Amino acid sequence: MTTDTENTIGKREMTINMGPQHPSTHGVLRLELVLDGEIINKVTPFIGYLHRCFEKYAEEVKDYSKVIPYTDRMDYVSAINQEHGYVLGIERMLEIEVPDRVEHIRVIVAELQRIASHLLGIGAFGLDLGAFTPFLYCFTEREKILDIFERTTGARLLYNYMAVGGLMRDVHDDFKKDTTEFVKTFRPKIKELNDLLSYNEIFIKRTANIGVLPEKVAINYAASGPVLRGSGVKWDLRKNDPYSIYDRFDFDIPVGTGEVGTLGDCWDRYIVRVRELEQSLRIIEQAVEAMPDEGDVMEAIPKRIRPKEGELYVRTESPRGELGYYIISDKSANPFRIKARTPSFVHLSMLPAISTGALIADMVSIVGSIDIVLGEVDR
Amino acid sequence: MKNTEELFEYLATHFGEDLFTIEGGDIGEKWITIPAERLKEVAKFLRDDDSLLLDMLMCLSGVHYPDDNELGVTYHTHSTENSHKLTFKVRVSVDNPVVPSLESIWKTADWHEREAYDMFGIIFEGHPNHTRILCPDDWEGYPLRKDYVPQEFYQGITTRE
Repeated sequence: MTTDTENTIGKREMTINMGPQHPSTHGVLRLELVLDGEIINKVTPFIGYLHRCFEKYAEEVKDYSKVIPYTDRMDYVSAINQEHGYVLGIERMLEIEVPDRVEHIRVIVAELQRIASHLLGIGAFGLDLGAFTPFLYCFTEREKILDIFERTTGARLLYNYMAVGGLMRDVHDDFKKDTTEFVKTFRPKIKELNDLLSYNEIFIKRTANIGVLPEKVAINYAASGPVLRGSGVKWDLRKNDPYSIYDRFDFDIPVGTGEVGTLGDCWDRYIVRVRELEQSLRIIEQAVEAMPDEGDVMEAIPKRIRPKEGELYVRTESPRGELGYYIISDKSANPFRIKARTPSFVHLSMLPAISTGALIADMVSIVGSIDIVLGEVDR
Repeated sequence: MKNTEELFEYLATHFGEDLFTIEGGDIGEKWITIPAERLKEVAKFLRDDDSLLLDMLMCLSGVHYPDDNELGVTYHTHSTENSHKLTFKVRVSVDNPVVPSLESIWKTADWHEREAYDMFGIIFEGHPNHTRILCPDDWEGYPLRKDYVPQEFYQGITTRE
């Protein structure tokens, strides 16, 4: 009798749902966990709760430029970067030469957006693990970026700012001053963030050696962005496949080194984001310096967008990783097919590979460290 | 680093010229079309051959070509070692849309193939978890096909406004 009880207790598995409404899943995501006590034996993500038919809409809208507001809504915390990728693709199809001033403004806003997005990712990650104060510090800084965006584009979250061949409107007169001011005040805050969160002992205990993603697995799963770099791969599309005018700027690619734990753990992915803040500031400084003062940002916008027959795959480095658009044109007024290859979708698919055998509490760290946005996963 | 033509020539010397066709539009990138029955073998070669090493599948997309009554899958690969890129396609008829799954070669194909099945009804032979991913399991039809008509009711709820 005793042996029977031991066998059944030891082997009983329990299936529970984490989500769809769970504070640490960063949106509407359901994870089905098969548990043996506290240990996760199997995890299955279920997605689709935010599916809004982006691709179907893009095929039926009858205008290439009407797709731009929809790209904003995929990854709603880094809308500028989503627009940037799309307009680049259409510009390559139309073979448009974009004015220098436009390129500089695009790079500045894209890097500001990257900082804003990373701040949200970092802050929310800390919040998931119980660190409430860093979240407020991050949001204070993010607010300043949103203020710059509000003055520049007229919106705080979903901008619809980039147009094929140019920008919807010119920047305001104080744009350079505001941006320089922000760079100056933000730089010391990175150190503050490191003191407050990165090297906090509790934080390290919760993130080091957890959710280890080896380099080979990362490449096989086509991980990109901070997730791939956290595993020690020096790969950044801004350097490795330069687009826009990123080849003119001098910046480094931070990679994970396993500083406090194993290479490719949650802490490595986190610290790559923190170190990228500094690199984005360097790009912004150089771009503000080199940005021409005169020039019409709307001069290269075509009246009618009708690409010739053909197709291409354009990829850019969004804050979360490689954002790709596969666009097919059949000479009509709307794209024949658009596929958005979004980094969060790919990163979420490798969740079972890196979290089997972890504890439930670690699951929160792992989901936070891959920094997903569910709007982008489901499109 | 090789461009598409050079990659094509290299593949042709290995598999014979008749197997592939190289195509392209007026603008944009060129691609190689591979017959579905040889896909898995070719894909494995692309990943493992020392001078190719296309170790990353960036994107996998389903496409519907209503004029030819065909469905297609487009694969975008690149090599982190040699930094070249290759696009290849597979075309199958709508009546029997079966394509071998590449999940065992590039893990990222797992969810992308499920999405292509969900949206286009392309069947990936050998996929370990061949289910819908974005739509509910009991959804009818394949939304991204050009001739798709949305169902009127889903579980008793109207889908119209």
